[in-house]
Amino acid sequence: METDRKDGRTPNQLRPLKCSRNILHRAHGSASWSQGETKVLAAVYGPKAGTKKNEDPEKACIEVIWKPKTGQIGKAEKECEMIMKKTIQSICLLTINPNTTTSVIVQVVNDDGALLPCAINAACAALVDAGIPLKHLAVAICCCVAEEGSVVLDPTNVIEFVFGQQMRGFAYLVFPNSALSALPEGSYLVNGEPLEHGIITSVTHGVMSVDEYLKCVDRGRAACAKLSGFLRNSLQKSQFPSDTSSKAA
Amino acid sequence: MGLLDSSGDLSAEMEVDAFRRLFPLRYYERHLAESIRPDGRPLGRARDTTVALGAVSSADGSALAKIGSTTMLAAIKMEVMTPSAESPDEGCIAIEFHMPPICSPIVRPGRPAEAAVVVSKQLSDTILSSGMIDLKELALVSGKAAWMAYLDIYCLDADGALFDAALLSAVAAFSHLQIPVVSVNDKGKIVAFTEEGDGRKLEKEAVNKEKIKLTLGSIPFSLTCALHKKYILADPTSEEESIMETLVTVVMDSSDRLVSFYKPGGPALAYTSLVTDCVALTRHRMKELEKILDEAFSGMEVD
Repeated sequence: METDRKDGRTPNQLRPLKCSRNILHRAHGSASWSQGETKVLAAVYGPKAGTKKNEDPEKACIEVIWKPKTGQIGKAEKECEMIMKKTIQSICLLTINPNTTTSVIVQVVNDDGALLPCAINAACAALVDAGIPLKHLAVAICCCVAEEGSVVLDPTNVIEFVFGQQMRGFAYLVFPNSALSALPEGSYLVNGEPLEHGIITSVTHGVMSVDEYLKCVDRGRAACAKLSGFLRNSLQKSQFPSDTSSKAA
Repeated sequence: MGLLDSSGDLSAEMEVDAFRRLFPLRYYERHLAESIRPDGRPLGRARDTTVALGAVSSADGSALAKIGSTTMLAAIKMEVMTPSAESPDEGCIAIEFHMPPICSPIVRPGRPAEAAVVVSKQLSDTILSSGMIDLKELALVSGKAAWMAYLDIYCLDADGALFDAALLSAVAAFSHLQIPVVSVNDKGKIVAFTEEGDGRKLEKEAVNKEKIKLTLGSIPFSLTCALHKKYILADPTSEEESIMETLVTVVMDSSDRLVSFYKPGGPALAYTSLVTDCVALTRHRMKELEKILDEAFSGMEVD
């Protein structure tokens, strides 16, 4: 039926995930996240006093600093910074610490595809590690659309050749994590859909049809449910079991 | 939250303008509940849009696009370059988006605005991935010379939906583009083609006589929507953008493919129904924009 990929995965299979927290001594929170060969290190400093210029002092300000593996920061990195900043802003409770700045520093260790989703996952784990108040977690995934329209998850590189054909387009999608709630099921549906089905962030490159995009969203949601389970598990495995509950809430 | 509720009573006593400044969100919500926006538009309607071609006479192609009061000036300058070894038969496009301090109170002179870098990256991604321009058409002599198109877009007035206006002006500038006629001189260099001497210059024929205009493939059109609760506001002004916070930009091309679905965070989440609604609004807007572009061209031909 469906041919395996170069590295032997099925189209829906993610690369092995690894997440470790509290790895930097000076940072208020830190985490490393790796998906296969792609690895990102994130550190969180804050909340520090005062907001930056042009920011609303009634809310907490988020600052994202992207450090590429080598060289200077360019346009693509600036865009990643902006996307991450907006994404993190939408999952943080900004009104709890008004007039403060929280810095998220992202250091790329190795890029083997799906870099931005990897960075968002790392930043999210680091925010939890720093104890920044969050509404919910965010899980990010990269979906690729192959030439003949099939969707492939978590590509090793954007120019990955699958079935001998080049990818036509890809989408980075960020969803809220699936909530564990004592409320009866269905009590917090939005328009008949559970919260974790809503797209927080969507960035696409290349051309695809609307149906293909919706297919990406569907597959992305399914994969994010698995991802959020992994994230929850790794966050609960804390070095300090006493404060796990407050951090991983 | 008590503050917001009390504002409901205050609205009766307060001047409208004061109410708008003090409780902007409440002010908007009261309008949205009536399915209308403060500037009199229904939720799904974009602002009046105009395109004027050839606004810059010294450029090879230029256009001025206005969506409401958002104004963009796009100009293309063509230069001859040596193509890279990997793609000897392709030209190149360099896109730059500028936000000078004149466009908005939040831009200060000196460092470029953060938004400008992001819009410029988005624009080049969109224009290159939509396949509107066949880079092979920009080739002159294989492996030796090709066109480098410098597209510069200046934002003169930033009143929301910057990307939409910038993309519209870019598309219009490309369709207005007239590639200069060039020839190869004795030293093998590319020079501007001049028809001065009749016999003397005959052997130096123009290299690109029949390639004056670019053939545009499927043209990308975009629509930005602001999301707030269950409302979708098409083509938001800068005031709406700052109040609603969640923005979605959908780019579709004339062959009905999705070029980009761009939603950078924001408190409102996009569910499937919302995605399809935004796409439907964009399809509708695409028809409007196609008509506006066509009118701009036919106006050109009459002149």
